[in-house]
Amino acid sequence: MKILVAVKRTIDAYVKVRVRSDNTGVDLANLKMAMNPFCEIAVEEAVRLKEKGLATEVIAVTIGSDKAQEQLREAMALGADRSIHIQAGDELEPLNIAKLLKAVVLKEQPSLVLLGKQSIDSDNNQVGQMLAALCDMPQATFASRVELSSDKVVVSREVDGGEQVLSLQLPSVVTTDLRLNEPRFKKLPEIMKARKKPIEVVTPAQLGVEIKSHLTVVSVIDPPPRKAGVIVKTAAELVDKLRNEAKVIA
Amino acid sequence: MKALVIAEHDNQKLKAATRALVTAALQTADQVDVLVAGSACGAVVTAATRIAGVSSVRFADHDSLGHPLAEALAALVLTISAEYEFILAAATTTGKSFLPRVAALLDVAQISEITAVVDRSTFVRPIYAGSALATIRSSDTIKIMTVRTSAFAEATDAAVAAPVAALEFKPLAGKATFVSENLATSSRPDLAAARVVISGGRGLGSAENFRLLDKLADKLGAGIGASRAAVDSGYAPNDMQIGQTGKVVAPDLYIAIGISGAIQHLAGMKDSKVIVAINKDAEAPIFQVADYGLVADLFTALQEMEALL
Ligand SMILES: Cc1cc2nc3c(=O)[nH]c(=O)nc-3n(C[C@H](O)[C@H](O)[C@H](O)COP(=O)(O)OP(=O)(O)OC[C@H]3O[C@@H](n4cnc5c(N)ncnc54)[C@H](O)[C@@H]3O)c2cc1C
Ligand SMILES: Nc1ncnc2c1ncn2[C@@H]1O[C@H](COP(=O)(O)O)[C@@H](O)[C@H]1O
Repeated sequence: MKILVAVKRTIDAYVKVRVRSDNTGVDLANLKMAMNPFCEIAVEEAVRLKEKGLATEVIAVTIGSDKAQEQLREAMALGADRSIHIQAGDELEPLNIAKLLKAVVLKEQPSLVLLGKQSIDSDNNQVGQMLAALCDMPQATFASRVELSSDKVVVSREVDGGEQVLSLQLPSVVTTDLRLNEPRFKKLPEIMKARKKPIEVVTPAQLGVEIKSHLTVVSVIDPPPRKAGVIVKTAAELVDKLRNEAKVIA
Repeated sequence: MKALVIAEHDNQKLKAATRALVTAALQTADQVDVLVAGSACGAVVTAATRIAGVSSVRFADHDSLGHPLAEALAALVLTISAEYEFILAAATTTGKSFLPRVAALLDVAQISEITAVVDRSTFVRPIYAGSALATIRSSDTIKIMTVRTSAFAEATDAAVAAPVAALEFKPLAGKATFVSENLATSSRPDLAAARVVISGGRGLGSAENFRLLDKLADKLGAGIGASRAAVDSGYAPNDMQIGQTGKVVAPDLYIAIGISGAIQHLAGMKDSKVIVAINKDAEAPIFQVADYGLVADLFTALQEMEALL
């Protein structure tokens, strides 16, 4: 059984971004980039399923510029067997990403496709659901537990009110939440081994996918600043301010 | 110009988020219809007919919609989507799961978590965990968006009820099936609707200590939230998590206790009207967004506040 994992190159989760002064976007020059944390969890899950003998091959796929190959190497250092790099711009819309991934799904015929629930840069939370719809596969988003067997996958999902369990026929699409697992630390021998694992490079045209733009970014600005607050000295002063100044408690 | 709003509810009660959706929809379209999909959800349908500004309420009432799967909700919406220029759902785990499917099957984009409507094709949404606000223009003929409902006022009740119409719903041959659900039961106000939210972080130190927030919450009628570190450490269940990857809240009063204020946490609460931070570290970033900061040991501060309220 093959597992396909979609990984995205994003800014490191702990780096502070700045809006460009011309308001066309955020300034990513010279900032630390990494694999989107949710994608890392997806790779880790796929590798664990393989280690348990439930899957035979883990394939990582990314869409982006050549730099995104660094994240494919990361995925292979975590244990993915091989990778596919779809050469395209770094900021494609989710629908285009989903169409490109669908082309890979048709070619590779995986039983399970794992994606992160959300990119931490665009915060879209769309690609997995779109891919499932386009491939007519069942979906389970926000997975906190994945139990794979030969013909189905049972997934616990983090929903607003608590937890929900779904059973999906394979092939299916699952997106990961933070608590699914904790990705392993990448060891040097694995990083070395990953350098020799194959990356297949393809273009959208070779996959027969036409990239269409539906959205334009008009501007990107800083969020409105909050007005400076005050430091109070005691709990009594705090309660007094909340009551008599902010008037938010009785 | 017609908009379709997908109601948020639990089959018994219409959630307040639906009212915020109607407000957002009325900023795009002249006519707003509400779709209620559920099982034995008559009370929800009735409540929806009373929202001011709603032209009609369409509903599908079917056993299999009691725990609606994304596949089923998307299929239902697609049966009527051609009538609408705008389709809006709340940015909840339900809305986030089914609406991108609708967009993909219509070959249009989805705009996620809008916080403002600029004009009929232009919307504002936060990116990078709220570090920036992007204004996005759509060239699609159908605009599909999830809405951050805390950013829109709740539509009030109308004097006259809107008409209702039943939709036919044929359950799908299920490749996905619902197995079970384990929902938190709490007498506290829903985080999304609470006027006051008290959140605890890793600073609370244990699950037992986390319960110390209960007393203060009781006194203030508050909902209780948590940072991811508190959830990961097992102090609180995951449905309490506030932030980039949890819930987004904007109550009148948000009290952060023993929370450092990582960007991912701020993403879920920094639009609250009044923010209070209690932390023993004067350098904690949470103080940069706090209207009132108290640099103190949280255990002492909690006791003192309780005594004063
Ligand atoms: C992809 C990704 C997504 C994330 N999503 C979220 C999210 O949605 N929500 C979220 O919250 N986090 C999220 N995080 C995690 C986030 O980066 C922080 O790690 C987390 O918010 C820290 O939680 P905390 O403030 O409770 O813990 P800490 O950062 O450990 O802070 C604890 C605070 O308690 C204070 N303290 C300790 N003892 C006391 C005492 N006795 N009295 C007073 N103060 C005390 C300390 O001074 C400290 O400031 C995410 C991270 C990643 C990578
Ligand atoms: N450029 C990309 N290349 C590969 N996978 C992607 C890309 N963009 C998004 N994804 C996948 O889709 C998930 C959700 O992303 P999004 O819908 O953009 O929030 C990510 O966690 C990835 O698994």
